[in-house]
Amino acid sequence: MILQLIGFTLRAMVPITLTATGEIIGETAGLFNIGLEGILLISAFAGALGAKAGGPIVGLLVGMGVGAMVSLVFAVINTYWKGTQMVTGIGINLFAIGFVEFGLIRLGIPGYYAIPDRFHLAKLNTPFGLLSPVIFIALALPFIVYWLLKWTRAGLMLKATGQAPEAADVAGINVNRIRLLASVLGGALAGLGGAYMSVAWFGFMTKGMSAGRGFIALATVVFSGLNPLLALVGGLLFGFFRSLASWVGTMPGIPIPGEFLDMIPYVVTLLVVSGVIGRVRFPKSLGKPYIRE
Amino acid sequence: MSERTQGTFQSRLLRGAHRTLTGLHPALESVLAAVVGLLIGALAMWLWGYDPWGAYATMLKGAFGNGWGLSDSAALATPLILTALTFSICLRAGMFNIGAEGQVLIGGLAVITAGYFSLPPGLHHIVALVFAMIAGAIWSIGPALLKLTRGVHEVISTIMFNWLAHFLVLFMIGNVVVNPQSADQSIQIPSTAWFPKLVRGTDLTYALFVSIAFALIIYFILWHTAVGYEVRAAGLNPTAARYGGIKNKRTMLLSFLLGGISAGLAATMIILGSSPNHAMFRGHGQLTNVGFDGMAVAMVGRNHPIGILISAMFFGGLTAGGRLMQLGTSRVPVEMVRLVMGVIVLTMSIPELVRVFPSIKKQTTELVKSLKKLVGSERRRGSA
Repeated sequence: MILQLIGFTLRAMVPITLTATGEIIGETAGLFNIGLEGILLISAFAGALGAKAGGPIVGLLVGMGVGAMVSLVFAVINTYWKGTQMVTGIGINLFAIGFVEFGLIRLGIPGYYAIPDRFHLAKLNTPFGLLSPVIFIALALPFIVYWLLKWTRAGLMLKATGQAPEAADVAGINVNRIRLLASVLGGALAGLGGAYMSVAWFGFMTKGMSAGRGFIALATVVFSGLNPLLALVGGLLFGFFRSLASWVGTMPGIPIPGEFLDMIPYVVTLLVVSGVIGRVRFPKSLGKPYIRE
Repeated sequence: MSERTQGTFQSRLLRGAHRTLTGLHPALESVLAAVVGLLIGALAMWLWGYDPWGAYATMLKGAFGNGWGLSDSAALATPLILTALTFSICLRAGMFNIGAEGQVLIGGLAVITAGYFSLPPGLHHIVALVFAMIAGAIWSIGPALLKLTRGVHEVISTIMFNWLAHFLVLFMIGNVVVNPQSADQSIQIPSTAWFPKLVRGTDLTYALFVSIAFALIIYFILWHTAVGYEVRAAGLNPTAARYGGIKNKRTMLLSFLLGGISAGLAATMIILGSSPNHAMFRGHGQLTNVGFDGMAVAMVGRNHPIGILISAMFFGGLTAGGRLMQLGTSRVPVEMVRLVMGVIVLTMSIPELVRVFPSIKKQTTELVKSLKKLVGSERRRGSA
């Protein structure tokens, strides 16, 4: 039973951890993308289409590519065109809702698309139940990104563009290009998280698939204070509470209505975020476009 | 003497023209964004194998071509005006309140509760409206307090509250405001609380006037009262506002409450007005995405109540026309409209959109510059 719970936690952790890790890269460089929810949704859809066309691996790659592409649009608007990051993010979310609903109707049944079984990503048999290989990527990635941010020259450049873009500019770093790359990389990770949901986890695509996960990932980023290792902890935490909710739901004789159990991850998000705020410091120029004087 | 009065008159005229032109900038940007959105929408339709121009022709004719179309557009615009105000009031105060979606749902629940009373028409409307306003405001207090006491960013908290509202409504429809005839919907509001139809055969009701009146009230509060001035000042520059003696926390709470009231009203407009069943649905029916669409309306309306009235009509028309587009020869799903909305918002996030199109930028700046020069020389001559 406990093993099952761990397995479910691991499965539910993936999209949040991947998205949060990607967003940490972007926020370190100074871009605040609230369009993650939309990126998850749109890449889940693109992943489903890709899997149908060329198998599960292609599906995951297509998801990553689409995530990167949407982020590229976001990044171009907010670096070279000095856009308002919040508004761009809201636009991405709206666009994703429309695009996915529109696309799903084109595929047949409105609002739902089942990926045929043979296009699902193969799962590994472990003591925790069947686990997708993507889970292990999600477990390893925060460590890689942590190393990247803390110990490499690229990580320092990222931090510089987020903390002190003027200084970075003077040091010969192309601020806008670094931000663009960081955002695209982050978007690709979110895209992998989205494609994982449809191709390697649920095996189907619905119009409400992302279910607030993009925003929970944003909350995880706040909780982590831009430390990818804590993003992993946050992802596991939310994965745990989501699985706990569905686990309690299957137990007989518990008088809590399912709707209230479904609220648990969102309540936990609020509690966690309101608990850590104030102790976390973000890059100085987060959310501000860099304007050369 | 005569030359001098002539001079001042001329300069006043010029200054007026100058102001109109620079004032046109925001409107021009909204129009440009709308054009870009529609073009990318056309591209998407073309890629999916539809005929975009035929679809747009049907849409335009359906939305604004005749009285029926216009009434349906106005009916769809009615709640959008209010959810757009929710977003705009908070944006004016410097916050991104994306919680209208949840506040609409909770407002809807309150309206349904008002359906349990049997009251004469008129009084029943007022009770339902007040219930919804209070409920919307209550649901907006949570994120506001989290922001004020714990510093939780409102984007995160409002979205979480949206989901809580979603599940709460599911629970209430299934267990509390149960409709014995149908498991999919809540009880029906008695007809004493329905808004009377304005145009027979369409969805347009007197609710439209409530929406417009509320927008005007918000305009008055924000631009003609001291409280509204404080809200706007806090949004423009919180530090300066604090030095100026404005209590930022109070203005924040106030703008959240006003936003919640507005969102609650939006639910009333739908449930008592255009919804054919005058009930709430498990899938939220007509309440779905009203809050999110409101953000697009607010952005294109430049977060000004009067601008919102116009842009709500535009988006209402898109949706009304979109429904016909779905039924017509082109058969493009109405969901297209939200895709277009997203692109429009994306485009609106680019500051001084005109700058992205260099030729337009060059022309406008030259025009403005020459006008400025003229006004300047007139002023110098006038004072000499």
